[in-house]
Amino acid sequence: METISVLKEREHQVFQKGKDDFDIACEKTSLAGSVSQRACVFCGSRVVLYPIADALHLIHGPIGCASYTWDIRGALSSGPELHRNSFSTDLSETDIIYGGEKKLESALLELIDKYDPKAAFAYSTCIVGIIGDDVESVCKSVESKTGIPVLPVHSEGFKGTKKDGYTAACEALFNLVDRGRTKRKLPQSINILGEFNIGGETWIIKDYYRRMGVRVVSVMTGDGRINDLKMARRASLNVVQCSGSMTHLAKKMEDAYGIPFIRVSYFGIEDTSDALYRVARFFNNNPDIMKRTEKLVRNQVRSIIPSLSEMKKDLVGKRAAIYVGGAFKAFSLIKALKHLGMEVVLAGSQTGSKEDYKVLREMCNPGTVILDDANPLELAKYIMEKDADLFIGGVKERPIAYKLGIGFCDHNHERKIPLAGFIGMENFAREVHQTVTSPIWQLVPRRASVLTPK
Amino acid sequence: MMHKPFYTATQNACKNCTPLGAALAFSGIEKAIPLLHGSQGCSTYMRRYLISHFKEPVDIASSNFSEETAIFGGGANLKLAIENIEKQYAPTMIGIATTCLSETIGDDVPMILESLSKTAGKAALVHVSTPSYTGTHVDGFHQAVKAVVDRFNPVSNKKQYKPKKKQTVNLFPGMLSNEDIRHLKEIFHDLDTRVIILPDYSERLEGPSWVEYQAIQDGGTPISWIEKMNLSAFSLEFGNVLENQVDQKGLTSAGSLLETRFNVPCIRAGLPIGVKATDTLFQHLEYITGKPLPDKYSSQKGRLIDAYVDGNKYVSQRKAVLYGEEDFVVGMAGFLGEVGIIPVLCASGGKSSFFEDALRSVLPENIFDQVRVHENMDFARMEERARFLKPDLVIGNSKGYAMARRLKIPLVRVGFPIHDRVGGTRILHIGYKGALHLFDTIINALLHMQQDSSQFGYSYM
Ligand code: SF4
Ligand code: SF4
Repeated sequence: METISVLKEREHQVFQKGKDDFDIACEKTSLAGSVSQRACVFCGSRVVLYPIADALHLIHGPIGCASYTWDIRGALSSGPELHRNSFSTDLSETDIIYGGEKKLESALLELIDKYDPKAAFAYSTCIVGIIGDDVESVCKSVESKTGIPVLPVHSEGFKGTKKDGYTAACEALFNLVDRGRTKRKLPQSINILGEFNIGGETWIIKDYYRRMGVRVVSVMTGDGRINDLKMARRASLNVVQCSGSMTHLAKKMEDAYGIPFIRVSYFGIEDTSDALYRVARFFNNNPDIMKRTEKLVRNQVRSIIPSLSEMKKDLVGKRAAIYVGGAFKAFSLIKALKHLGMEVVLAGSQTGSKEDYKVLREMCNPGTVILDDANPLELAKYIMEKDADLFIGGVKERPIAYKLGIGFCDHNHERKIPLAGFIGMENFAREVHQTVTSPIWQLVPRRASVLTPK
Repeated sequence: MMHKPFYTATQNACKNCTPLGAALAFSGIEKAIPLLHGSQGCSTYMRRYLISHFKEPVDIASSNFSEETAIFGGGANLKLAIENIEKQYAPTMIGIATTCLSETIGDDVPMILESLSKTAGKAALVHVSTPSYTGTHVDGFHQAVKAVVDRFNPVSNKKQYKPKKKQTVNLFPGMLSNEDIRHLKEIFHDLDTRVIILPDYSERLEGPSWVEYQAIQDGGTPISWIEKMNLSAFSLEFGNVLENQVDQKGLTSAGSLLETRFNVPCIRAGLPIGVKATDTLFQHLEYITGKPLPDKYSSQKGRLIDAYVDGNKYVSQRKAVLYGEEDFVVGMAGFLGEVGIIPVLCASGGKSSFFEDALRSVLPENIFDQVRVHENMDFARMEERARFLKPDLVIGNSKGYAMARRLKIPLVRVGFPIHDRVGGTRILHIGYKGALHLFDTIINALLHMQQDSSQFGYSYM
């Protein structure tokens, strides 16, 4: 068999628990020539801002960056759907030579006139960083002409990693939040941060809070609306999911308006309950909230336990590999998979930090492979070595798993099924169960020799 | 001096950027790896895009520009990228396409590669310049194919006289589906004629399940074949628009390069979609090989025309919106025209300036008169125009779904990319068989619509 080797420069980004003893290297730029699963700064900004459905998202650059991201994410809206379009200044050769500012300005004016958005974002892509357009001043000028907020997003792809894109997006969001005029706090109110309404997840989470008696002032940015953002500073607490992307904003809001924040996750029973309880505890001046929360959690858990136990029977002892964008999601997934009796044999992320990997090491069993910014070859090497039955990742990882005859579950922003909350846990388990128990694996050549007796 | 162009935004593009086409073309060469010289995002996005159509691993490496690279130039990164690819993939060829970024900062890639050639490993390094702001993915595709032919058929080959291999034909099919490429191979097989198809991603991007890991999937045109293209008796190059670009704009295509450099005659034809275009293809093949149409294909043709007759009134005078790559649209329009469907709107994001001429050449005058042709079109404008043309159906790739949904008419999925259905790679467009498949699919889409929306829901046709 062809052996797959790990590039020397990447050796410290691959860690095997119980075998290796070093601090996993991370937060590095990807190695040239390594087919990283990462995207770019722009991608990070898009992830965060894109779900704002009544804003115009104009991508300033040549066509590719915009066309590849047209409607690729499953972020739903209950109303306007402006975000599902792909708007580009589509720079051509003359723009590269003479600058794209004029084109940016007229594109913004044209589109704002046509679609009547509540705000506009102008994303800078790589080229804009090179030709040196003054996007900031174009935005100012358009803002004064149109009267809506027009915000530059500094997301030139090469100026860092996806994380820098999150920061750029948070800056733009803060700019909007800071425009809110009313400062008076709303009692028992929160903002939900880092929840993007993939497959309708925001609606599930919002409903929990409604039943708890907690008011959700704004969601950043799932099913997002500009006017809600302008209210955001009136909330008493920021509840941050997907902390990698949104902590920057939470910190800024804490500094500026004294709004404290907590970090949570809504994946899995444990983490979802924990999130809701912590919010209830924060509002302990109103004991009714805690009572309602307890009741909610109890009922929800009770409603899904029977089907989970049923599915668990088939899943016990099966081996799972996880490769996701942020490490925080990996933590939740490990817990959720344990709940289903499964064993995690590989865990990795595109953008985890040193602390993240420490936590990950502690959570994993000996022998588990931990990967930072892996490439397809490494992923394939280890899922085969560890003989995984299931791979959890995004679209780019799917064919690797399938080619090797391994079940797959999409846990990225492109999924269509909500996986958050209690109902999400049930959906997740069902999806895992469906793929792992498929009879098709018995026909797959790599597995056939193992599964069928000779 | 410079006149002020009319500025307008592109809203839901009907095109992609040049390196995408180059990366796809490189993926059709045996043991070759595409490498984009630029920042990480572009290659990841393109991989994702190709994966969603092909549903197969598509590895595209990147030289991963950082801020320093953008300032000081990408030479060192490119070198490192090549070394690392050699180590991990041991490819026979690395196809290097530039992105907007490396083009704009002015990296001199040929020079960097020249300086590498002494120290580099075994892989052949092929470079194509693909700044996205000068064309679309189709241009990137053709330029990459040409670059490969150029690299492996250098002028120096001319010196040694070798007799032409009478029985070998070079075929440059353009951006066709996997199934189309397989069908072309079958045709040549049945004609007992050797063919070198470039590129051929039909196996690599639709292979069987793996027993062992494959760093680079099997399949693709072997480089040893590409090296012999200058010895072939003929080249065949598909695409009416491409033909015009070569003839009138002096563009060098793979076919024209072999023609001027080695006197390999190049026959150009439109994409063989529909009876007439397929007839033309077989006439060319008869001329090239001296062999008449095999029986298998005359019976395919017979069945096709019989089906056309059976279905004539379901399609006659129906109106379609048709979009995609220029040459693909031209091929499809020829087919629609011959069954009586009027492609009232033919649109493409490309802007070759030959789109209209090419369409005129494949459509009967009475139909062409009813066609609106739009180059440089995006989906927002397409939809605005479609609305008032009252079409019966939309024909094109998955990108038109939102438009079709709002127009409340069916979308018949053809071309690239198909990312909201399975089997996009297995759609057969070409040949008599392809036409039959298209014809049945279109009629059934119309009937489905009619049946569902009818008050009675007739269960017989
Ligand atoms: S920068 Fe150029 S090459 Fe990269 S995705 Fe954008 S258009 Fe394509
Ligand atoms: S050009 Fe830059 S911003 Fe656009 S996709 Fe490529 S890396 Fe990302």
